[in-house]
Amino acid sequence: MDMKTLLLLIPLLPLAGSIIAGLLRNQIGRAGAHWVTILGVAASCGLSFYVFKLIALDGMAAINTSIYTWALTDGIRFEIGFLIDSLTVVMMTVVTFVSLMVHIYTIGYMRDDPGYQRFFSYIALFTFSMLMLVMSNNFLQLFFGWEAVGLVSYLLIGFWFKKESAIFANLKAFLVNRVGDFGFLLGIAAIVASFGTLDYAETFARAPEAVGQTISIFGGAEWSLLTVICICLFIGAMGKSAQAPLHVWLPDSMEGPTPISALIHAATMVTAGIFMVARMSPLFELSEVALSFVLVIGAITALFMGLIGLVQNDIKRVVAYSTLSQLGYMTVALGASAYSAAIFHLMTHAFFKALLFLGAGSVIIAMHHRQDMREMGGLRKYMPITFITAWLGSLALMGVPLFSGFYSKDLIIEAVHLAERPGADFAYWCVLLGVVVTALYSLRLLFLTFHGKERMEESVRSHLHETPLVVTIPLILLAIPSVLIGYFTVEPMLFGGFFQDAIYVAPGNDVIGEIGHHFHGPLAMALHAVVTPVFWLVVLGSAAAVMIWFWKPQLATWFAQTLSPLQRMLDKKYWFDEVYQFLFARGSLKLGNGLWRYGDAGLIDGALVNGSAGIVGRLAVLFRHLQSGYLFHYAFAMIVGLILIIAAFVILDKGMLEGIF
Amino acid sequence: MSAYLTELTLAHFLTLGAILFSLSVAGIFLNRKNVIILLMAIELMLLAVNMNFVAFSRFHGNADGQVFVFFILTVAAAEAAIGLAILVVLFRNRNTINVAELDDLKG
Amino acid sequence: MSIQVLVFYLFGTILTLSALSVITVRNPVYAALFLVLAFFSSAAIWMLLEVEFLAITLVLVYVGAVMVLFLFVVMMLDVNLSRLREGFARYLPVGILVALVMAGELLLVIWTKGAEKLPLPPGNPEGFSNTTYLGERLYTEYLFPFEIAAVILLVAIVAAITLTHRGRSEGGRYQDPARQVQVTRDERVRIVSMPAVKDKENGA
Repeated sequence: MDMKTLLLLIPLLPLAGSIIAGLLRNQIGRAGAHWVTILGVAASCGLSFYVFKLIALDGMAAINTSIYTWALTDGIRFEIGFLIDSLTVVMMTVVTFVSLMVHIYTIGYMRDDPGYQRFFSYIALFTFSMLMLVMSNNFLQLFFGWEAVGLVSYLLIGFWFKKESAIFANLKAFLVNRVGDFGFLLGIAAIVASFGTLDYAETFARAPEAVGQTISIFGGAEWSLLTVICICLFIGAMGKSAQAPLHVWLPDSMEGPTPISALIHAATMVTAGIFMVARMSPLFELSEVALSFVLVIGAITALFMGLIGLVQNDIKRVVAYSTLSQLGYMTVALGASAYSAAIFHLMTHAFFKALLFLGAGSVIIAMHHRQDMREMGGLRKYMPITFITAWLGSLALMGVPLFSGFYSKDLIIEAVHLAERPGADFAYWCVLLGVVVTALYSLRLLFLTFHGKERMEESVRSHLHETPLVVTIPLILLAIPSVLIGYFTVEPMLFGGFFQDAIYVAPGNDVIGEIGHHFHGPLAMALHAVVTPVFWLVVLGSAAAVMIWFWKPQLATWFAQTLSPLQRMLDKKYWFDEVYQFLFARGSLKLGNGLWRYGDAGLIDGALVNGSAGIVGRLAVLFRHLQSGYLFHYAFAMIVGLILIIAAFVILDKGMLEGIF
Repeated sequence: MSAYLTELTLAHFLTLGAILFSLSVAGIFLNRKNVIILLMAIELMLLAVNMNFVAFSRFHGNADGQVFVFFILTVAAAEAAIGLAILVVLFRNRNTINVAELDDLKG
Repeated sequence: MSIQVLVFYLFGTILTLSALSVITVRNPVYAALFLVLAFFSSAAIWMLLEVEFLAITLVLVYVGAVMVLFLFVVMMLDVNLSRLREGFARYLPVGILVALVMAGELLLVIWTKGAEKLPLPPGNPEGFSNTTYLGERLYTEYLFPFEIAAVILLVAIVAAITLTHRGRSEGGRYQDPARQVQVTRDERVRIVSMPAVKDKENGA
């Protein structure tokens, strides 16, 4: 099998599974639906690992190949093609592996759902879309994948379409993503306009020539071309990766089934923005302004979204805000030019956050789809596997040394510390404080769920038991990389020049390389952590969490009362939703209503459509009196016209009549 | 003696045509009920026009005017024939040629 | 004052007066006759302009054909004349006004734009034939319009007949040649058998 066919099979197998499961859902039944999609994704996953081995271990050169030319217009090629390099293979393996785990897990989670086949069809379709996104070698296909994952996300958030809150959430996700996509599309348009190509390689090759070029938008102001392009692209990333202030859709997306939260809204789709910015590193490296912008946005998201997680009671929402915060970390890494650290964190995060979500899902199954942590507690007795894997995932999330999250997060903080662009100091403090916050909300979740008094109703308690194997096996399989993958891959991925073909870092910005000078192996790094502020901040946060939620639960209520304005602010999520609801949702509703009432009904229907007919009718009522039917009236009109024309000739004569005889 | 009376100019003939034309227009107004007189007035109008054509042809030494008059005479003859035929049919059907009663076109 | 001017004014006056009569007289027959007079006067003035052929044609076609047609129609139709005169007095002011305005405008143009300074050109040389001249024009330069005019006349004939023709169904006797040809013996001859000898028994 040649390489092109193999690469084509990777996205097409899940697509085939999706089509079969979706269109033939009644013929193949429930078991058929999960077998066909799992087999498709499993094969895709195996092939991805094979390609990963070729590129990462055997040192094969990156593949940049065009599969099919869709259209050629005005010198711009619309193509479908694959760019397979170190960045792509990492994404491919992460996506297909997490997707496979989620497929298996779904068998247990959706066991009794009537939309079983539909669900499998959607997630397989998602896998296809995400693979198309990451494997693309041009902006068109990137945009296709970008929108396709957005579509599937929309469909899956609203999977339980009879639930009003789900419909609200998926509409919200869709609309907020449109805001981001608008920026993204503008960015792509700017690239096409200024570089005349959609191809990555050609764009990157021409980008250095564009340094110093300016374009004029909004009247006279001159903007650096590259800054405009990068910020537009990043606005797309902000939508997809839920960066403040476009983050509002992600917590609401938890209305979807939990496997979706794990797959789409934690591990893969939301990281598409991070991936895209890393992929565009040759562009972003040329614009300091854009990188500063990225840095600040990421820092704000990392700290302030984490804070909200402290006051949430819905177990999934806590994890969702944690996801927002971690996405902020990745963005900060991008802004600090530590793209490889961002991708590294993306990878480790994908594993432990998928683990946490699936663990939360496991708890939710056991609790008969109750999600409020105030009704939980003491679950460790009933579900030991979920309990242990959730602890492992949380430790990784907190960044406890030797766990995967430690390596990725510590590196990001270190990179921000070394970065020298405007906003770096602010970002550094944000990510440092974020560490404390992460420890707080992670442990709060664990203590409220698995420890302490059993607060659930008796009817629920009597049925509590560990979830079936299809649920726990993915948990275990995800727990292994969550713990270990950082230790084993930090050195080759970050300091071994793994990404040097895929990611470009300007010589002055190479913070990771700088860190690399002091790197003496993963174990040494873990030991060295003891003398860094990060470690002590984790300890501080953990201690505080233990005190507040484990040791003296009444402290939590005391804090809530003493800091009630702060509590209220966090509870209301900084009023983002209210402001958006008031400004945009209600505003556009009013605008729409106004346009409908005055524009459509009034102007178009009333004045133009019915109005023109009415005017014709009314004029006809007037003019019909002229149609007397008497010949001499018509003759009279003709003669009067004749007289007037002659009069006009005579009166308005400007030499026209000179010499007519 | 006035210049109008000593020498014939183009204006003389055109004036004659204009007077004829105006008279026939007035005729259309005055005899608005009698189709026959209306047709006669139209014939008079054509005569006025022919007068102008002939005068221009003579004064410009160009045959086109005369050819045009020839065609006008042809068409006028055809028109008179058909017009009178219509009139006969009209009278047969309505038993009147009063234009005031011919208002089937009234909107 | 030359003879031409005299002729022009004479026939011009007759023309104007007869035209005035056409539109004012009560009886359509008189109107038609005044129209004939108007055409005659016009023909005379056209003679003055040396367009002999058209002048003769005008008299022949209009007076000889069209006006006779008018007279026929007027006399054929039993028209209630008094009703047709209704409104004559009422519309008189309007008619006069319109006619005056129009005549004023036309005369304004005619008498101020140079037409009054254009004298009558010298007459045609001796032996010049207006008919030949016009004929040459018609059969060369204006051949196609001429043929179209012929078609128009044909159409007018067909149209006039079609409009006024009442068809054969109104009891008139007429022949059907097709039926005449297809006639059979049985339709024409009836054999009546008669005994050659008188029946004496039955007789008186």
